[in-house]
Amino acid sequence: MTLLSELDALAGETNDTAPARAARPLPIAVISALTIGVIIGLWALASAYALVSPVFLPSPRQVVIALYNLVVKGFVDATLAEHVGASLYRIFGALIASILIGIPAGLAIGTSRVGRGILDPIVEFLRPLPPLAYLPLIIIWVGIGEASKITVIALSMLPSIILSTSAGVRAVSKDHVNAARSLGASKAQVLREVVLPSAVPSILTGIRIALGAGWTTLVAAELVAATSGIGFMIQSAAQFLVTDIVIAGIIVIALIAIVLEYVARLIERRLVPWASHR
Amino acid sequence: MSILTFRNVSLTYPARTGKGGAGEKRVLDGINLQVASDELVAIIGRSGSGKTSLLNLAAGFLTPTAGTITVDGTPVTGPGADRAVVFQDDALYPWLDARDNIAFPLKLKGVPLAERRAKAEVLLARVGLADAGDRHIWELSGGMRQRVGIARALAAEPRFLLLDEPLGALDALTRTRMQDFLLRIKAESGAGAVLITHSIEEALLLGTRVVVLSPNPGRLTAEIEAGFNAEILNGASVADVKASPIFKRMHAGLTGLIHAGEEELAA
Repeated sequence: MTLLSELDALAGETNDTAPARAARPLPIAVISALTIGVIIGLWALASAYALVSPVFLPSPRQVVIALYNLVVKGFVDATLAEHVGASLYRIFGALIASILIGIPAGLAIGTSRVGRGILDPIVEFLRPLPPLAYLPLIIIWVGIGEASKITVIALSMLPSIILSTSAGVRAVSKDHVNAARSLGASKAQVLREVVLPSAVPSILTGIRIALGAGWTTLVAAELVAATSGIGFMIQSAAQFLVTDIVIAGIIVIALIAIVLEYVARLIERRLVPWASHR
Repeated sequence: MSILTFRNVSLTYPARTGKGGAGEKRVLDGINLQVASDELVAIIGRSGSGKTSLLNLAAGFLTPTAGTITVDGTPVTGPGADRAVVFQDDALYPWLDARDNIAFPLKLKGVPLAERRAKAEVLLARVGLADAGDRHIWELSGGMRQRVGIARALAAEPRFLLLDEPLGALDALTRTRMQDFLLRIKAESGAGAVLITHSIEEALLLGTRVVVLSPNPGRLTAEIEAGFNAEILNGASVADVKASPIFKRMHAGLTGLIHAGEEELAA
């Protein structure tokens, strides 16, 4: 979405500099909105004329009502807010854990040969593994409660945080390091005052990617063993063929992911305004 | 009075493996040089003559293969705040504003925040940027950035300023103004200075002495007393100095000296 609006801004710029045309082309945002409108329209038509059984495809109106009921009454012993709350608790618990482990690990890989030698194989082993592949093992080890979910989500977030930290560390400007050394910095000071701050933009990008990966894993983890959470809610609804709640849940998941991405970008712009000026 | 001394300093890079990498490369050979704190020694030479290596040795970023570098008799074993470097590509920290960039060496020393910011304000005023403390680095022009870079180096209270073509990336008009500025700020600071430059004109204007470095391997092949910087400090304009016959003569002489090496190489 953001990419689209950026492209839109680009297109807008070129239009401003070009001589005024008779008709301005449609902004991309409008085209996107029209697309969504058409999809919902086709969906409404398909269910109105019963082209597909309502069990498989409830009407948009039914989904909206389901969403409303979710907010007010809830489903499987919890309201939508409680399901979303449980999911967000897991994802942020996992995020904090993976930041606390990932940043020091990334620093070790980026600054020390020994650190790299030790951690690289572990990261390279973990990175391509689908989290669902090791979820059963984690459940055997940690149990079926919150801990196993947070562990799996954290493991799926770790590689991108570690790799982005080490990439940021390795990209530090040599002049920046030399300047600090010639101004009297010790090795620890170079790391704290120069290397770490210059890696922050890369780390933030890593966190943004990690959030995406974590969100995917979260929903999957909740499908397997949970008593609350947005993924669990969808799974339960599917078992009773309550398709309108399934669709409502999917829409909520998508919306939350978009909001998380947007907030992460906002934080990035606030925290490291200099990243785009290097 | 502090003295920076190069005694028989040589620098050899190890043989490079791979294409064209036959044998080791001798970058600097038998350099003898003394810089006192009331001097600004300009080192001039063509690209590849090893001038930046010479400065990096003084800074402690490189270690000589042979010979010693000392500051007041103490051997240089690594970088240190007594020899602060000003870089061509300013090397300011974009995550700090101008004031905190200048306060950076004080932070390294553990000076409390309020005190180091107050000192940075004084330095900002000294380099003519009294109102620019809150500005982001990317909001500053090239000349302003170099002023911040010089102020940052001065905040370390160095005995020597090592200037690695600090004005090299500036446009001609800014450069002329910065030359005058650099001379004054150096004189006020009481620190000695080594200036690397590839501009003969700049070397003559700023240097108490001008030293010519010839390539392959880098050797000091000529040294002249300039003394135009004293005239400028006494109020003569840079333009007038540049127009004087004696300046032109020395400029031509130095050009010849640098060129001589080139012809030798061709022959």
